[in-house]
Amino acid sequence: MTDFSTIDITEAKKLLSQKKITATELTEFFIKQIEEKKGLNCFITNTFDIALKMAKESDEKIQKGSDLGILEGIPIGMKDLFCTDGVKTTAGSKMLENFVPFYESTVSLNLWKNGAIMLGKTNMDEFAMGSANTTSFFGNVLNPIRSNDQKDLVPGGSSGGSAAAVASGQCFAATGSDTGGSIRQPASFCGLVGLKPTYGRCSRFGMVAFASSLDQAGPITKTVSDAALMLQSMCSYDEKDSTSSKKLIPNFSDYKKFDLKGKKIGLPNEYIIEGLNEEIKKKFDQCINIFKDCGSELIDITLPHTNYALPTYYIIAPAEASANLARYDGVRYGLRENSENLDDLYQTTRASGFGDEVKRRLIIGTYVLSAGYYDAYYLKALKVRQLISNDFKNAFEKCDLILTPTTPNVAFPIGEKQNDPLEMYLNDVLTVPASLAGLPAISVSAGNNNNNLPIGMQIIGRPFEEISVLAAGSVIELSKV
Amino acid sequence: MSIDNSIVRKVGKLAKIKIKESEENKLLDELNNILGWVDELKKVDTEGVEPMLSVFNESMNMREDKSDSKFSNNLITKNSPEKKAGFFVVPKVVE
Repeated sequence: MTDFSTIDITEAKKLLSQKKITATELTEFFIKQIEEKKGLNCFITNTFDIALKMAKESDEKIQKGSDLGILEGIPIGMKDLFCTDGVKTTAGSKMLENFVPFYESTVSLNLWKNGAIMLGKTNMDEFAMGSANTTSFFGNVLNPIRSNDQKDLVPGGSSGGSAAAVASGQCFAATGSDTGGSIRQPASFCGLVGLKPTYGRCSRFGMVAFASSLDQAGPITKTVSDAALMLQSMCSYDEKDSTSSKKLIPNFSDYKKFDLKGKKIGLPNEYIIEGLNEEIKKKFDQCINIFKDCGSELIDITLPHTNYALPTYYIIAPAEASANLARYDGVRYGLRENSENLDDLYQTTRASGFGDEVKRRLIIGTYVLSAGYYDAYYLKALKVRQLISNDFKNAFEKCDLILTPTTPNVAFPIGEKQNDPLEMYLNDVLTVPASLAGLPAISVSAGNNNNNLPIGMQIIGRPFEEISVLAAGSVIELSKV
Repeated sequence: MSIDNSIVRKVGKLAKIKIKESEENKLLDELNNILGWVDELKKVDTEGVEPMLSVFNESMNMREDKSDSKFSNNLITKNSPEKKAGFFVVPKVVE
């Protein structure tokens, strides 16, 4: 069997169209990889029968040469946060262990319409709350990349199963969702490309909700070129999502024609935080030179409220989660702990169905919204969010793109940062600000540190300017410093 | 602002999550840690700043107020832990 784990979607599309390979061969290859690499725990549910059926349909279309989708015959992983009609969708929680949706999320539907093939549902932090994929009810995911000292590392989170599956060659690409960094941070930890589009680009319909004003779907891929193809297939205007954007969807692959010469790249001093890993800082400085080499102008900018982004996020996201997760009441779907008394049924169901991190956030969220504390916490956070958003607006009057590291550190060993929730939250300190402002941002691997671990760089762009973000990402990709 | 056990119990009730007595103190410490940390925001001058509820600035999509559900009661109650004749079943709530 040919090894397809080293090629990307862009190459596979070529081979498929030249009829050198079939979608069924690709699918069979990845099924074998998934079975062999079960130990990494990337998938919660395998959908091999569905995959083979979809592959057969794609092969027939390719034979006829008509009706071909952008991703015709390309096997992918679907984060287990996207509802899939007739296929269990757990969101990584005991609460939804047996939940089988009878409708399809818009993002997954768009992908199937574009010819993508579903291999299975990927593991994730419970309800997307986590940065190491250690809060999943279905067990933690292992990063396929090992350090020189051979430790088992986390893949990042919350889209950890998606990232580990792509990095270990179990699928060409996978979907992710990003609320505060859940696409970019695992992509960074696994040496991949992770793209969070502008808020509103991808429909939230059928995505298990965490924090609705922040949640945004996006792809995790091996290459920037694949990220453009995946995003193209995922996004659409959707009347089922009240915050779905009607803005024109460009051809994202046009990033290849985008010239960075003369473009201004902003460097925010506030992102060079205390505790930023030395090797990451060094890589960052090297990336600055790469942009100089392509004729971009590098300028210092200031985003003065950056320091406040993480605490702002940890008020707003839990507050929205406490409202969104109120639906898990043990009555309409999901787990139920029986009781003679309805209120007791709710309380015991939720105590037993949610894991510790989810409960912690729901309690925090309920507290900051409760009478007497609403103004001091929630309202205050909404105002600071406005200031953070204004910082970006002001910065984008002076520059076209912003370059930062994606994470303050590289992938860490499993078991670390588990005792203090705050230590885990700090993983997202560099990704959260763009989430709060709803901006498009990509993480691209800029090479490895001395211990063989990937370092990700983040590019943040103006709203709906994914093309320039992709273009800048590809500059880093091409030069792998 | 630091909170005590009575607030943890009260918020647990509001969030409808039963908190075991044995878990209470650990949760209290964690919450106080997190709240102490978010208290940082008090330092920010937000005088005259409007709260930002959403980054979305296009007009919200309105639709006609009519049902377009193609789902049967059977389908909708399919995932329910307890159902009867197309209804969800809960413990008796009337006295």
